[in-house]
Amino acid sequence: MLKKLMGLAAIVTLMASPAAADIKIGFVTTLTTPVAVIGKDMRDAVELAMEHIGGKMGGEDVEIVYGDDEFNSQKGKQATERLVLRDDVDIVAGYIWSNVLLASAPVVLNANKILISANAGPSPLAGAQCHENFFNIAWQNDQTPMALGELLNQQGVKSLYLVAPNYAAGQNMVAGVERTFNGEVVGKDMTVWPSQRDWSAELSKVKAAKPDGVFTFYPGPAGPAFIKQYQQAGLEGSVPLYSVYTLDSISLPLFQKAGMETVLGTKMTQFWAPDLDNEANKKFVADFRAKYGRYPSFYAAQSYDSILYIKSAVDAVGGKISDTDGMRAALESADFPSIRGAFKMGNNHFPIQNFYERTVVKDADGNWTTAVGRTVLKDHQDPYASQCKMG
Amino acid sequence: MDYVLLTEQFLNGFQLGIILFLMAAGLTLVFGIMDLVNLSHGSMFMIGAFVGGTLALVTGSFIFGVILMIPAMLVIGIVVERISLQTLYARDHLDQVLATFGLILFFNEAVRLIWGPEGLVVPLPDFVDGSVALGAGITYPVYRIVIIVLGLLVALGLYLLVSRTRIGMLIRAGASNRAMAGALGVNIPMLFSVVFGIGAVLAGLAGLIITPITAAQIGMGEDVLILAFVVIVIGGIGSIRGAFIASILTGVIDTMGRSFLDVFLLLFLPENAAESAGPALSSMLIYVLMAAILFFRPQGLFPPKGA
Amino acid sequence: MDALRNPTNILSAIVIGLCAIVPFAAPAVGEPFYVIVFARIMIWAIAAVSLNLIMGYGGMISFGHAVYLGVGGYTIGILAFHGVTSAWIQWPLAIGACALISLIFGAISLRTRGVYFIMITLALAQMIFFLSVSAERYGSDDGLNILTRSDFGVEFYDLNHKLTMYYTIFAVLVASVFVSWRLVNSRFGLVMRGAKSNDTRVQAVGVSTYLYRLSAFVIAGVMCGIAGLLQANLENFVSPDMMDWRRSGELIFMVVLGGMSTLFGPVTGAFVFLMLSEVLASITHHWHIIFGPFLVLVVLFARGGIAGLLTPRSARE
Repeated sequence: MLKKLMGLAAIVTLMASPAAADIKIGFVTTLTTPVAVIGKDMRDAVELAMEHIGGKMGGEDVEIVYGDDEFNSQKGKQATERLVLRDDVDIVAGYIWSNVLLASAPVVLNANKILISANAGPSPLAGAQCHENFFNIAWQNDQTPMALGELLNQQGVKSLYLVAPNYAAGQNMVAGVERTFNGEVVGKDMTVWPSQRDWSAELSKVKAAKPDGVFTFYPGPAGPAFIKQYQQAGLEGSVPLYSVYTLDSISLPLFQKAGMETVLGTKMTQFWAPDLDNEANKKFVADFRAKYGRYPSFYAAQSYDSILYIKSAVDAVGGKISDTDGMRAALESADFPSIRGAFKMGNNHFPIQNFYERTVVKDADGNWTTAVGRTVLKDHQDPYASQCKMG
Repeated sequence: MDYVLLTEQFLNGFQLGIILFLMAAGLTLVFGIMDLVNLSHGSMFMIGAFVGGTLALVTGSFIFGVILMIPAMLVIGIVVERISLQTLYARDHLDQVLATFGLILFFNEAVRLIWGPEGLVVPLPDFVDGSVALGAGITYPVYRIVIIVLGLLVALGLYLLVSRTRIGMLIRAGASNRAMAGALGVNIPMLFSVVFGIGAVLAGLAGLIITPITAAQIGMGEDVLILAFVVIVIGGIGSIRGAFIASILTGVIDTMGRSFLDVFLLLFLPENAAESAGPALSSMLIYVLMAAILFFRPQGLFPPKGA
Repeated sequence: MDALRNPTNILSAIVIGLCAIVPFAAPAVGEPFYVIVFARIMIWAIAAVSLNLIMGYGGMISFGHAVYLGVGGYTIGILAFHGVTSAWIQWPLAIGACALISLIFGAISLRTRGVYFIMITLALAQMIFFLSVSAERYGSDDGLNILTRSDFGVEFYDLNHKLTMYYTIFAVLVASVFVSWRLVNSRFGLVMRGAKSNDTRVQAVGVSTYLYRLSAFVIAGVMCGIAGLLQANLENFVSPDMMDWRRSGELIFMVVLGGMSTLFGPVTGAFVFLMLSEVLASITHHWHIIFGPFLVLVVLFARGGIAGLLTPRSARE
C-alpha cells in the first residue's frame, strides 16, 4: 500500500513537471474556491502573453507552472514551497492576495529567487521588509485609494464613511483614503473577511451617519453583493458610493446580466483601464477580447504585464536566468512596453505611475466596461518607499 | 441612542434570525427524528440557491424560481437521502459527521463544475427592489421585509403541519419515540425521506431568498450551518418552537452586538481598547450565549418531550 | 510478541521508520521537498494521536480539536510578536494556555452527550476562531509571521537548524504515541474505555467518570497544543486557518482513516490523508470531487480504517 502510494506520488510528480523547459516560471494564483474567477482571468492573460512571445524568452523555451493558493495564506505558502523546492522554478510570479504574498514571500526570497507580484502590494514589502529580489508590477495597496481620496476632495465630498474587509489589503485601502482625504471620516467598519456577505448592520449605520459619500473595497465576488445591498438599502440615490478594485471586468458583466443600470456612471480610480491609449494595451485588450470574448480585468492586465516584464529581463541577460544580478538590474530599469504606458520602478521595487479616474460606461456594442478619465495622481510613488532601506 | 438605528438593527437581526430558522428547522427535525448529524444540510442551502437561481434566470421571474425550486429541492433532498444517507442511520454520530463532511466536499466541487467558480447573481423583481418608509423616519429595504414575512409564514405553516396534520403527528411520534412509532406500523423509511425532503426544501428556500442579497457562491451554506447548529443546541434538538425562538435570539444578539458593542464598551474602556475589543467580543457573543445556556440547561431551552 | 506479526504494527513501523530517515533519504533521491512534507505530516499525526486519545478510547467526538493547534501556535506567535522568543517562556505558556482552555471547554462540553457534545465542541472552537479573526493587532485573517523560532538559548540545540527542527517533531511524535500507550493501559484508560462503552455501569462502581473524562480532555488538548506550537515554529507563521472547523473535520478523518482506538492508527491516518491530498491535488484542481466520495466510502465500507483492513477478520474484536 505504502510503496504503491509512494510510487504513485513519484509518477505524479513526474507528470506534473513535464519535459524540462529551459526556463520555468512559477505562477501562484487562486484556481479553486469562488474567487477562482480572478485566477482564471489571470491565467488566461498569462496564456495570451505566452502566445504573444511565442513561448520564448531570451531565445529559451519557457514553461509556466501554476500553483493554487486556495484563497488561503497557509495553502498559498505550501503551493509556493512546491514550486520552489519541488518543481525548482527559476522565478515566481502571481499572487492576488496580500496575506498570501506576505506568508509566501520568505519561501521564495530565502531560496534566493526573484519574486514578482502581479497584484498584491502589501505595505510591509514596500517599506521596512522590502527586498532586493522582490518586485511588484502592479501597485502598492495604498496608492489607488490615495488617488481616490484626491478624487473625493476634488468632488467636494466633506464627510465619508468607510466599509472594507478586515485583512491586509482592506486595511491598506482604508489607510490610503484616510491619507489623502481632507474631509471628516464619520464612520469606519472593518468586516469579517471573507465570510461576511450580509452588510445590513453596517449599511444601517451608514444611513444613520448620513455621510456625503461611502468608500468601499470588496475584491472578487463580494463586490457585486455589497453594491446590490447598498442599492437595496436605499442609499444609492442619497449617498454616492466610491470604490477601488470592486467594479471590474469580472463583476460588470454580472451587473449587466442582472440589469442593474444604477452601476453605470460609478466613479473609481485605477492605474489602468481597457481603453487606456497605448500600443501595448490596444494589442492586449483586442487580442484578449478576440480570444476569450470578454474584457480583461486589471488582474489580467497585470498578469500579462508580469510575463512581458520577466521577458524583458530574461532578454537582457541573454536567457541566462541564473544571472540574478543581471536580472535584477534589468527588472529595476523596467524597460518594456507596459499596458499602462511608460512608468518607472521605484527604489523599493514598486512602480511610480499615474492614477486615473475611471467611470463605468457602455461601450459601442453595449457591453459594460470602464473608461479612463482625467489623471488624478501623476508619477505617484507609494508612501512607504522612504522606509525601504535596500542594499 | 438613536432609536431609528436601533429599530433598523433589530429588523436586521430579525431577518438574519429568519434565515437561521429556515436552516435550523430542517436540521433540528432530521436530528430529532432520525438522530442523524447532517453536515450536508449546508450544501442543501447552496444547491437551493444555485438551482433556484438558475430557474429564476431561465424563467425570467424570481417568483417562478422560488416556486419551481420547491419540488426540485424536494426531489434532490429525497434522492440524496435515499442514495447516501439511508445507510447512515444505523451508524454512530462519528460516521455520520464524516460521511456528510465528505458530501460537502463533493457538492461544493460539483457546483463548481456545473456553474463555474464565479457564482450566480440573481436580480430582484422591480417591485421589491429599493426601500420603503415605515414611518417615524425609518426606511427599510422592501426585500428584507419580504424575507421576514415569508419566514414568519413558513414558521406558521410548519407549526400547523406539525401540530394539525397526520404527517405532523407521525413526525411528533417519531421525534419522541422512534421505536414505538415503528412498532405501531409507521412507515419509518418513508417518513424519514419526507422529513429530509422538507428539510432540504426549507434550507434551499433559505439559500435562494438570501441570494438576491448576497449572490450565490460555493460554500455559502457552511457558515450558516454552524450558526444553525448553535441555534438548535440553544433551542433544544428536535424542537421547532425552540429552533424558532433560538434563531431570532441568535440573529438579534449577533446583529446588535456587531453594531452597538463598541459603543457600549466605550462606557467602560478607553477608545482604543473599545475599538479593538468590540469586534472581537461581538463575534464571540453568540457562542458565549450558547455556552452559558448549555451550562445551565444541557438539553437546550426547549428539549422535546420524551427525549 | 504477537504485536510484531500484526500487519498494522508493521505498517506503523514502516511509517515511523520512514519519518526517521526522510531528512537523509529525501535529498538523496533528489526530492528535498518531502522533508518539509513529512515534518508537516508528523505534526498532524501528533494532533491526530491526541484526538484519538479522547475520541477513540474515550468516545468523546470533539469536532473542535484543531482549536488547540491554534491556541498553541498563537501563543508562540503572539509572544514572538512582543519580542519574547525564549522557548523556556514560550513553551510553558503555550502548554498552560492549552491546558486552561481545554479545561474550560471540557468542563462545559462534558456536561453534554452525543450530538450536543459534537456541536458544542465545534461552537466553542468557532468562538476562538472568530477571536483570532478579529484580533487586528495580531494580523486578523492574514495571520502572523513569526520572524524568529523559539530560542532555547543553547548553542547545540537550535530550531533554526533543519535537522533539529525535524527531529524535535519526530521525538514529540514518538513521545505522544508512548504517552497514549501508557495512559490507555493504565487504570485511567480502563475507566475511559469503560465510560465509553457503558458509563452508567462504571459510575455504579463508584467511579466519577466526569473527572476522568475531563482529565483526558485536558491531556489531549495539551498534546494537540504542543503540535500547534511545533507547527508555528516549523511554518514561521500562524493564522486562524489552523483552527478552521474543516481542520477539525480533517483531524477526525485522519483518526478514522488510520483506525480508531489503535495506537498507531492516527499516525498512518495522517500520513495517508496528507499524501493522498498532495497526490490528488497535483492530478486535478477539482480533487475534492474524488476526495469527498472517498471519505464517504471509507466510512461506509472500511469502518476500522486501514488498521481494520489489515487485521484479519477473525482477529477483530
